[in-house]
Amino acid sequence: MSEVIKKATRESYGEALVALAEKYPNLVVLDADLAAATKTGMFKKAYADRFYDCGIAEANMMGVAAGLAAAGMTPFASSFAMFAAGRAFEIVRNSIGYPHLNVKIGATHAGISVGEDGATHQCCEDIALMRTIPGMTVINPADDTEAKAAVEAAIQHDGPVYCRFGRLAVPVINDPATYKFELGKGVQLRDGSDVTVVATGLMVNEALNAAETLAGEGISVRVINIHTIKPLDKDIIIKAAKETGTIVTAEEHSIIGGLGSAVAEAVCEACPVPVRRVGVNDTFGHSGPAVELLKQFGLSAEHIAEVVREAVKAK
Amino acid sequence: MNMDDLLRRQLQIHACKIRMGIIEGVYNAKSGHPGGSLSIADVLTYLYFTRMHVYPDNPDFAERDRFVLSKGHTAPALYATLAERGFFPMDEMKTLRHIGARLQGHPCITIPGVDMSSGSLGQGISAACGMALAGKHRSDNYRVYTILGDGELEEGQVWEAAMFAAHYGLDNLLAIVDNNGLQIDGKITDVCSPEPIPDKFAAFGWHVIEMDAHDFDDIDRAFREAERVTQQPVVIIQHSTKGKGVSFMENQVGWHGTAPNTEQYEKAMAELTAELSRLEAEA
Repeated sequence: MSEVIKKATRESYGEALVALAEKYPNLVVLDADLAAATKTGMFKKAYADRFYDCGIAEANMMGVAAGLAAAGMTPFASSFAMFAAGRAFEIVRNSIGYPHLNVKIGATHAGISVGEDGATHQCCEDIALMRTIPGMTVINPADDTEAKAAVEAAIQHDGPVYCRFGRLAVPVINDPATYKFELGKGVQLRDGSDVTVVATGLMVNEALNAAETLAGEGISVRVINIHTIKPLDKDIIIKAAKETGTIVTAEEHSIIGGLGSAVAEAVCEACPVPVRRVGVNDTFGHSGPAVELLKQFGLSAEHIAEVVREAVKAK
Repeated sequence: MNMDDLLRRQLQIHACKIRMGIIEGVYNAKSGHPGGSLSIADVLTYLYFTRMHVYPDNPDFAERDRFVLSKGHTAPALYATLAERGFFPMDEMKTLRHIGARLQGHPCITIPGVDMSSGSLGQGISAACGMALAGKHRSDNYRVYTILGDGELEEGQVWEAAMFAAHYGLDNLLAIVDNNGLQIDGKITDVCSPEPIPDKFAAFGWHVIEMDAHDFDDIDRAFREAERVTQQPVVIIQHSTKGKGVSFMENQVGWHGTAPNTEQYEKAMAELTAELSRLEAEA
């Protein structure tokens, strides 16, 4: 077996911006003094005249992005998820969402896998916040391949898009040669009949590993990757609810308001089946190495497998 | 040098009609913000009738000058100005804030002539910075204007934007601070003083001009000075009278966000109608 390649999706973000700059001349990039960490620094180095640092002032950065978009540019506004979605929420809502301006938000360092910086920087609320804004598209890619494709899809989409990227290097699970990104479409990565795991972001790989383990125990697990949390691909989820009768969601985000909530809402309305949510369980994070934190907070293949066993047992 | 007498008179007539539109709108809405709308009627008149390149028949023309009403609660003043300038009929002011109407309580980008949704204070100036930056980025020649309230300066985002505009030398951006001295809870100096306003903007690297908000000759002087400034953004601090033009609303904090009743409406319209007749007779 070939060695697993790992890469953080924030790296993919920076590389994609550079790769797409020539193709999209209206593209400009903003950052709030975090270019080295968000990886927009790559773009700054390659296209200095199309990069604007706004300093440590995320509220103004989002407003500037709105003004740029209102004047016909396609700005990517970048910061950590905590500040892009959290601190600047009301500006994103009123200056970007309400006028439905063509601003792309590149939010890195999402979730608990920020690691050592601890709770103040571990944003597990951003998906919940962003998906409440009317007209906002929310994308949470699973790996390098998907993240790069998501950046271009965001540019091609006319309207505000929130793109969520991670700090931690994660396995590349999609083949760039054959991968096709369709905004708003879920991807069935593995078929199964006993239970469906609906996962997003770095939890997609964990879900696949859990499914492999459970196959050995005679449990047939369907795995669906939801890279676009809004608009949600309800069809693929309701089909899975009907065909497998129970769902487990998996996300590196609070169990309140994120993918788990979105899936539960869709299922409740159309085909009520039990939905169990794996995620950050209504608690703040804390400092530690990312990989250990993910285990400790139950964001692992092992924990998904446990919850899936419960789900199947309860059927 | 003073401006041409005829032009001054024409501007005074436009401003009076805009004030009537404001009162008409707020009265019919039974809510809204007349005080701060009336205090910016003259500068909006000056902007839309002498300075700004705007096109009522083609409101989204790419090379147009832009305007962002950062103090968005005074939307009645912007709408009445746009109506007077020909973007939509003045009669539409009667639909202000009504269900199903396009004239929303705060500016909305879908209204013809409105360049940015605004109303949550402190945000409009950032959007104006973004528009000005886009102009610089593409070497476009348009200018961007924004009006802020003096109470609005208490919002921290204003100063983030002030820092940004100076850092990027946005000399195509002109901010006007409507310094009428009053905000909802009272005098700005009693609530949480943003003074000294000129010193603050100067310290942030802006070229600062002060003017009398209700004297077109002084307004003209201030804007001509502003247009000569390069390499830095300009702020005009306009010393204004909240409620200007309606005697019983002037300098009364209670008229910040209250609509006139029928008796008050009739009194206000009678005053403005008399003023309009006087101006037109002299014209």
